[in-house]
Formats: sequence, C-alpha cells, structure tokens
Amino acid sequence: MADTQTSDAFVEFERVQKSYDGENLVVKDLNLIMPKGEFLTMLGPSGSGKTTCLMMLAGFETATHGDIRLDGVSINNIPPHKRGIGMVFQNYALFPHMTVAENLSFPLEVRKLGKAERETKVKRALDMVQMGAFGGRRPAQLSGGQQQRIALARALVFEAELVLMDEPLGALDKQLREHMQFEIKRIADDLGITVVYVTHDQTEALTMSDRVAVFDDGRIQQLAPPDKLYEEPENSFVAQFIGENNTLEGVVKEIKGDTALVRLDDGELIDCKPVNVSEPGERTRVSIRPERVEYNKDRLREGVHTLKAEVLEFIYMGDIFRTRLRVAGNEDFIIKTRNAPDQDRLQPGTQIEIGWLPEDCRALDA
Amino acid sequence: MSDQTTSGPVLAADGTPLKRSLSRALRRQKMRALLLIAPLLLFVLITFIAPIADMLFRSVENQIVQETLPKTVEALADWDPNSGQAPDEPVFAALAADLKIAVQEKTHTRLGSRLNYELTGASSLFRKSGRAVNRMDLETDAPFKEKFADIDKNWVEPDIWRTIQTYSPRYTSGYFLNAIDMQKGPDGAEARPENQQIYIMLFKRTLFMSLVITGSCILLGYPVAWILANLPMRTANLLMILVLLPFWTSLLVRTSAWKVMLQQQGVINDVLVWLGLVADDARLVMINNQFGTIVAMTHILLPFMILPMYSVMQTIPPSYLRAAKSLGATNWTAFWRVYFPQSVPGIGAGSILVFILSIGYYITPEIVGGTTGTFISNRIAYHISSSLNWGLGAALGAILLAVVLLLYYAYDKIVGIDNVKLGG
Ligand SMILES: Nc1ncnc2c1ncn2[C@@H]1O[C@H](COP(=O)(O)OP(=O)(O)OP(=O)(O)O)[C@@H](O)[C@H]1O
Ligand SMILES: [Mg+2]
Repeated sequence: MADTQTSDAFVEFERVQKSYDGENLVVKDLNLIMPKGEFLTMLGPSGSGKTTCLMMLAGFETATHGDIRLDGVSINNIPPHKRGIGMVFQNYALFPHMTVAENLSFPLEVRKLGKAERETKVKRALDMVQMGAFGGRRPAQLSGGQQQRIALARALVFEAELVLMDEPLGALDKQLREHMQFEIKRIADDLGITVVYVTHDQTEALTMSDRVAVFDDGRIQQLAPPDKLYEEPENSFVAQFIGENNTLEGVVKEIKGDTALVRLDDGELIDCKPVNVSEPGERTRVSIRPERVEYNKDRLREGVHTLKAEVLEFIYMGDIFRTRLRVAGNEDFIIKTRNAPDQDRLQPGTQIEIGWLPEDCRALDA
Repeated sequence: MSDQTTSGPVLAADGTPLKRSLSRALRRQKMRALLLIAPLLLFVLITFIAPIADMLFRSVENQIVQETLPKTVEALADWDPNSGQAPDEPVFAALAADLKIAVQEKTHTRLGSRLNYELTGASSLFRKSGRAVNRMDLETDAPFKEKFADIDKNWVEPDIWRTIQTYSPRYTSGYFLNAIDMQKGPDGAEARPENQQIYIMLFKRTLFMSLVITGSCILLGYPVAWILANLPMRTANLLMILVLLPFWTSLLVRTSAWKVMLQQQGVINDVLVWLGLVADDARLVMINNQFGTIVAMTHILLPFMILPMYSVMQTIPPSYLRAAKSLGATNWTAFWRVYFPQSVPGIGAGSILVFILSIGYYITPEIVGGTTGTFISNRIAYHISSSLNWGLGAALGAILLAVVLLLYYAYDKIVGIDNVKLGG
C-alpha cells in the first residue's frame, strides 16, 4: 500500500515513525492513504499512538522518520499555521478570554478577512452547529456539548479541507455523544471535508466512519470499512477489539480450500475459515461473533461439526438474550439471540449443542 | 440548549422567592466560615488594623499644646495674630501658671520640641523659660510680661504666640500640610519656602522609581516565568530553586553585594575598564544614586514578580497555543492574542506585589540610594527614629497609604481586580 501513489490521495503517511525519547517507537511504520472527502477514524487502545499521529499531521510533532504528504506536497517542513488544517482538540481549547464569536472570528482575523465577511462567516458557522444565539457568551458559560459544537464550528469556519478531531466527544454523556456523532457526520458530509477522527470508542468509530484504522502498538492493525472490520477481522487483536467476540484456541489439523479443520485444546474438532493460518500444525485462535452462533440444530448446515455446551447464565436484555456458556473449557462463551416469540430462553444447566457456518468462524493468529 | 427566559421573580418550591431562600440557605454556611476565620480576623484586627488606625490618628493628633498650656490657650483666644504685637499681661500670667505645673510634670520640654517642628528655636525657649519659671513665685512676681521679656525677648515678639495659637486646637492639619511641603500661615495654608520643600519631590521620586522597578521586573521576569512554566516539571523545579535562592540569603548581604558589584572600584567597572569600554579615570557612577537603587531593588523584588506569573502561566494549557496555530496564527500572533491575555492576571498580581513592596521599601535605598536614590520611606524612618516627629512620619505614611489605595482602585477600574491571580 505504501508504494502505490494513487492520484486521488489527499492525506498520505509513508513509512512514518515517531519516537519521543529516542528509545521507544511510539509509531512504528505507519502507512496510510486517504482520498479527499473521506471520514477516517483512528481507533485504538489508550497509548497506541493515535494522538501522536494527529499531532504529526497537524505539525505539532515532527516525524522521526518518513514522509507525510498533504495533497501531494510533503508537509514535514511546513509550520503548523501554514498547513490550513482545522483541528478539534480533546479538551476543545476554546480561548477562555474571548467570546464564542471572537473565538470563531480568530482564524478569519489572522487571515486578514474584512469585518463584514468575518461576521457573515461566523454567523454561518454558528448556525451550522445550531448555536446562533450564543455568539456573545464566554466558553465557560457553555455546557460541554455546546463547547464541543463551538470547537467544531471554529475548526470549520475558515473552510479547512482537512479537519482533525481528537476524541472530541470524550467528555460528553452517552445521549449527547450519540447526538453529536450524528451531527458531526452530517456536517462533514454536507461540507465534503476530509476528516481524521480519533476515538477509542468502537461504536463511535463504526457508526461514523467511511473507513476505520485500528491502531495498536504503533501500527495500523487493520484499515477497512466498518462492516468489513467487524465481519472480517484480519487478526485476533482486531477481532477482540471490535465488538464482542468469542475465542477458542487450538491447532490446525488440515486445510481444504476455504475451510480449515481445527482441533481445539480439549480435543474437539471445528470448521473454520483460514485467515491467518496456512498449514496444518499451526496454533490458531478462532474467533466467532456471539450472534453468529447457532444452537438450533435445524438451522445448521448438514455435516458441520458441533460443540457441546452448558448454559451457565441467561441474561435478558430486552431486544436480545445474552447467554453465557461453557464451551471447550471456556466459561465466557457468549451467544446472543434475538428476542423473537419462538425463541427459547435457555435455562442455566441445560446441555446444548452449538455450531456455526464455517465462514463465520475465523482462524486467526495465535 | 435554548436560553430560558422567565419573567418575574423565580419562586422556590415552597413559594418564597428563590433569591431569598437561596440566601437563607447560604447564611449558615457563611456563619460557619466566619467562625472558622475568627481567630485570624482578630489577629489581623489587632496587629494590622490597630497600628494603622493609631498611625492615622497620630497624623492629626495635637493635644499637647492644649494639655500643657490650658489657661494660656484660653487667654490667647482673643488675641489678634495679625496685630504685630505680643499679647498682654493676662496671657503671660496664664503662661506662668501653666508652665509652673508643666515644669513639675516635666512636660514643657516635650511641648518645646513639638513646637520646634513649627518654629525653630521653640525648644530652647521653653527649656530656658522652664528653669526661670520654676524660680518664680506666682503670687508676688506679677507682672509677668517683663519677667518673660527678661528671660528671652522672643516672648515679646508675636511669632511664638502665633505658633501657639495656630497649634492650640486638639486636631491639626499641620502635619499633613508639612508632608506636602506647606505650612500654616496667618492666612491659612501656604507653600513652604523653596529651600524647605522636599516631600513632594520625594513622593514623586518614590512613585517614579517604583514604576521603573516594576517595569523592569516585568521585562526580566516574564521570559523567566515563561521558560519555567514550559519546561518539564523536574527542570522547572530545579530552576525554581535558583529563583527562590535570593529569599534564603539575607537582604543586607544581597544589597551589600550590589555595592561590591556597582561601586567605582567594583567588579563591573573593573571589567568595563579591562575591556577598554570605559576609561580608567571615567569610571561609571552606578551606586549611591537612582541607578543603584533601581538595579538592586529590581533584583531583590524579582521573585515576587516571577512567582505569581509562573503559577498563572502553569495553568495555561499548551493546547491553546496549538489551537491558535492550527487556526492559522503565527507564533507571535498566537502568543500575543492567546497566551499573553491569559497571563495578564499573573502580571497584574506580580506588579501589584512589586509596586506596593517597592513603594514602601526602606533598607535597600538606605544602603545603596545615596542622596538621589532614597525613597519617602527613608524620610519616614528618619522622622520615626531620629527626629522623633511621629506626627509628620504618620502623615507621610498616611499619604503613602492613600496613594497605594488610589492606585489599587485605579487598577481595579482599568484592569479589574478579579484579573489578579496569584495561582491556580
Ligand atoms: N510529549 C510526549 N513525550 C513523551 N512521550 C509521549 C508524549 N506524548 C505521548 N507520549 C507517549 O506516546 C505514546 C502514545 O501516546 P498518544 O498520546 O499518541 O496515545 P493515544 O493513542 O492518543 O492515547 P489516548 O487514547 O489515551 O489518547 C504513549 O505511550 C505516551 O506515553
Ligand atoms: Mg490521545
């Protein structure tokens, strides 16, 4: 991916490395190509280097190695204020000594726009985030969600084509967060801007993004659209990190076309789709989503291997049932079933047999 | 999300106006807080407010004339000070009676030195007359006018009588007039002779030099505070010790060190001569003048500027500067429009501290100030401890206090006192 210089590349990271202390690499070999207008989310656990990447793009940290290009131009030597990148900071960074309108007008003033033009733009930006009536207030007089909107408006008011957002919704409660996710997505689509969005909330990443880059250990573990990321994780970190996931460990017995036969550690055999395994004898960790597990024998394909399971716990969650099972020694095996009229409510202690479609069960790295 | 606009007073759940029930709820809290600070409050009242009140009182108090010469003051009431002649016999008789008692109580010399502030020679006049009156017999020695004329012919001149009459009321504005280079003449306040005017000039000099010192503290302290606030914690703490180091050495040692540095045979002059920048016979005069005072006091007061600035700057997150730059501001614009306004409270606090400290500073100007670099406080100290004219010292102090309060008020009006932060 690193070597393909696609013509529609807008943001490009090429073999970028970053170290703060000269001993540890915080970002190791980052390669990323974003086309114009994309909404890309960097998702990853705390300390995985997401903010660092954003700061390098914005120009507040320099890459130790590698090249960052914006619209085909290397920006390693362009100072931050000339990059024209809008940024929403984790703590909003609204200037406390200026009113909301002054905050918004600041980027226009430094660009030497006329007063009338400034006022129209500020007003338009405020209306866009539905904060038109708050121009005269100080940031401290706004709620968290309102501050968030202002920070967003400020990053957009000078018509940056690229906007970076570092966990902008981290401080908000769940409901407001969901509302703002929707708003940000809508505004980004309306304006056609390119967005790099950082979060460690996977729901946020899945619902908002065109593509998600899953970070861990200073590398992009997988870069894919949300559905692909969820359904076809490429390694066990991604499978674990995105959504709920059941894992079973074992050794590959044989691989036939696009199915692999895996012998679990307690001796049972299951069918999987080989993803990160290529030859018999390799250790593997198989991953299966809770909602893809079937225990109703009628719905399983002929001849697939099944596993014995014991129901340990039944949790009623309204729209779904969440049942915890003991499977092949794993006591945290979860299955999720829809709350339908004909659905069984499995009682603890019941012995059942479970199975799945081989393509839903992915044999990943150990 | 939308602004709530209500008309009329807001009511609490039980129907009382919300304002009233809020203040009732807060009253208990306030009472408790007051009890907690009561010991401190008393301490402050006794050790801070009381001396100031006493000083303010002394600056107008003038009971000594009336208490020492009660009969004379009464008899003198009808005398016309513009007559050009000494009063008549009854006044002298009253004076003899008063002085007789005063001599026994040994209060006449004190009165003498009090009146000496206003009329040179009064002190010796009273001492001399006291001895003579002690030998008189009140019953038989009348008339007294000639007797007093024999003791000292100043008694038959109008000057001393005019002074006694002017200063006979219990309270006087005399000290204050004196403190602004004026005096009480026969027709009210008048300017002192040119060669006796000193205080207005001293006040002006004190204000001017304090401003210069505050200004140089800001200029020197701001970059230091900025560096301290932006360094990693460990290094910053280390450097902070260097800033605080002067606090741990004696003020006198530091001031004397400046003498060593700045004097004509001192380190700096030696270096300049050695470098050939200054001729050996034209060594710079940098001590015992205004320059020396400004340099030494800037050095001594600098920590008071750096500390509040540092603690304010520490609370300014670096993300503001980054945000400003990401919005397109150059380094300078980002600093000037975003960082600097937020550091103003620190500058304000530091300036108030340094200015008020320097306006009343005494030791350093005394040591390195010479004649042109001394402050009004040196004059106050002189009146308190050497000339013992406490009233004048108190008046000078009261004026100084008023000036400081006035400046404080002006600062509040211009910058806003809530814009002063010592930290957090
Ligand atoms: N200024 C710095 N100096 C030294 N190390 C740093 C600095 N900033 C970040 N790091 C280190 O770099 C690593 C990545 O940090 P980064 O802030 O990029 O993580 P992140 O993915 O944004 O995490 P989070 O989700 O918690 O915000 C961390 O181990 C952190 O300790
Ligand atoms: Mg971060």
